[in-house]
Amino acid sequence: MKTDDLVSLLSTNLEPVDRRSVARTLYVALAAGTIVALGLALIGLGVRSDLMMARAVIFLVVKLSFAVAIVSLALAYLTRLARPGGERKIPYLLVALPFLVIVAFAAISLGLAPSSHWDKMIVGDQWLECLLSIPIIAIVPFAATIWAVRRAAPTNLVRAGTFAGLVAGGVSATAYALHCTDDSLPFVAVWYGGTIVLCTLAGAALGPRLLRW
Amino acid sequence: MTTHEIELKALMLASLDGDAASHRALLDRLSRRLRAYYKGKLARIGRGAAEAEDLVQEAVLAIHLKRHTYDPAEPLTPWVHAIARYKLIDFLRRTRTSVADVPIDEADSMVAHDDNLGAESTYDLKRLMQRLPEKMRCSIEAVKLDGLSVSEAAVRCGISESGVKVNIHRGLKTLAALITKEARA
Repeated sequence: MKTDDLVSLLSTNLEPVDRRSVARTLYVALAAGTIVALGLALIGLGVRSDLMMARAVIFLVVKLSFAVAIVSLALAYLTRLARPGGERKIPYLLVALPFLVIVAFAAISLGLAPSSHWDKMIVGDQWLECLLSIPIIAIVPFAATIWAVRRAAPTNLVRAGTFAGLVAGGVSATAYALHCTDDSLPFVAVWYGGTIVLCTLAGAALGPRLLRW
Repeated sequence: MTTHEIELKALMLASLDGDAASHRALLDRLSRRLRAYYKGKLARIGRGAAEAEDLVQEAVLAIHLKRHTYDPAEPLTPWVHAIARYKLIDFLRRTRTSVADVPIDEADSMVAHDDNLGAESTYDLKRLMQRLPEKMRCSIEAVKLDGLSVSEAAVRCGISESGVKVNIHRGLKTLAALITKEARA
């Protein structure tokens, strides 16, 4: 086939293109993934029953802010990484900020507590449930995000996969926070932070296989 | 910003709005640059012009099919270069050539031209088209090869006008997938 023939084939009766479709596809996929994640957490696990208490509400807000901050930052980078060459000029370290903040607060709260409480503050009551729930709830948001990124054209598949995993982990943590009753900053830092990092690593490992085009 | 960048970007913006002449001019000019780029890279590992032409066509198809991923707020050249580089790395990987043998990060050769318009790839368009489902093949042949309007194509293929558009879009994607599969085989 001559390249000239291919060029005429492609330019005959050209259709206009929607320039915002990359971001819109990602938002739609993320919205769908979030709905499924919330459904799983609310129907499968149930919303925490003590929301009448101020302390419960405060901790719910802390967990939600942590998770939503991660999702917003990761999504902003992912919309760039989904485009060819988007991996250039990204201040990647900024996504570490929510993690650093929660770890700093966790350290302060440990420092203010007697060391005999540390075990309880870090391990909590439901560490195993948290460890399992966040990665499981993240599966559907991850699949939806990957589907959306595949419709674009990432040229650095490891990084695009990494941020898809981070977005999914953040969405999942947001949903799980509605159920979780372990209210201590060290618990959030270790088990929320840790499982989100796990989702991110899974995304990095799967990215090259799932995103190739 | 170079005059190349300004001209190419203007062509790209017009082609995103559906201007076929601009799209044609854009793909034409980019294919010359891509040819020089790939020939230069492949010459270093002792590969021939036909393989360079395969890559040119894969990249041209990718530029066409992925044109919705171009962000008009950004310059065009880095976007094209990222696609060209991605397709080159993909080629090196499937031919088991060490990526270290080819300096992929030099963008300078994208500026050069190679006007060998008669160059042929190893892909046989007619044969690849035979492997498309009937509706896709009919729609692409009618609109893209015979230059019929979408409504004429709808009559010829016996489907609705929106069906023709969908089938062209899917057909070109399938064609690109067939080409990539053939190249990887």
